[in-house]
Amino acid sequence: MPGIGGRMSTVIKAKISKMLDRAEDPGETLEYSYQKQMELLQNVKKGVADVVTSKKRLQLQQQKLEQQVVKLDTQARQALAQGREDLARTALERKQFAQTELQSLDQQVAELESQQASLIEKEQKLRSRIEQFRTKKEVIKAQYSAAEAQVKISEAASGVGEEMADVGLAMQRAVDKTENMRARANAMDELEAAGAFDDQLSLTAGEDEIDRELHQLTSQSAVDDDLARLKAELGQGAPEPQSLEPGEQERQA
Amino acid sequence: MIVRIATETQYKLEGDAADELNDLDNQVVAAVDAGDEDQFHALFEQMLDLVRRAGQPLDEDEIAESDVILPPPDTSFVEAAAGFTGEGLIPD
Repeated sequence: MPGIGGRMSTVIKAKISKMLDRAEDPGETLEYSYQKQMELLQNVKKGVADVVTSKKRLQLQQQKLEQQVVKLDTQARQALAQGREDLARTALERKQFAQTELQSLDQQVAELESQQASLIEKEQKLRSRIEQFRTKKEVIKAQYSAAEAQVKISEAASGVGEEMADVGLAMQRAVDKTENMRARANAMDELEAAGAFDDQLSLTAGEDEIDRELHQLTSQSAVDDDLARLKAELGQGAPEPQSLEPGEQERQA
Repeated sequence: MIVRIATETQYKLEGDAADELNDLDNQVVAAVDAGDEDQFHALFEQMLDLVRRAGQPLDEDEIAESDVILPPPDTSFVEAAAGFTGEGLIPD
């Protein structure tokens, strides 16, 4: 039993031979193949457009989250000024969560950017392949009464067929990844509409208990630090021993 | 031997490198059979590296069918488990 590669070539070969069977006239086979290539090129273009749309959407969410971070920080400050440390802590917890989400969005945007670049490269390569095939097709058609024409056609068609299948595979993988991100983006939009990250746990669905505990530990200490920073800024309480580095106050203010 | 790295490009691989690839291929199958994910990733990386390093990229205007097609570089262990079995990519 051959592995992935073997299986993939078998699939491609089956498609090609089907394609060759379909048309008894070699000229027709070539035209059919050419037409399929043009369709694929359109699909790749569409794939690039989809990736760009998803990326823009994530970037929009980044902006919203950034605003959210600023807003929550201000709210925490106000709460603390009014002696409501409990509220301040909640606001800072949410801020911490929004910041974690921001980091994950940064990664996703970077991933989409690399998908975009690779699809654009595929599109260009495919375009030049199609041009070569078009030239070859005319040459073969012009002399296809020759005995070797059939062999040439089958060679050209299977080489191109493999290339097409591969571009198709690259497209499929890019689209799958983009769709995963889109589903996540949808979930975030819905949650935001439902009340801006009230339920923090539902956004981290899929994490296991240990992940959550670890996340809580880190965010807890980050929240404590943040709270200490605000208190120091507002001149409340004793200065923390592990307090701020010079300059941080201005930067975060 | 013409080798394609799926979703990337095609290479021409000669003699020793082709044998080495076959050897790695068998080891990958063993790793997948043993359910050893780390070992799979390490060996699969070696396969890709070998092809990129020892292989001669096919000319842009050359349209050829591959003898072997390696799965996409971002293949997951789960995907691999469905494919890298038995005789591997290169049947003995």
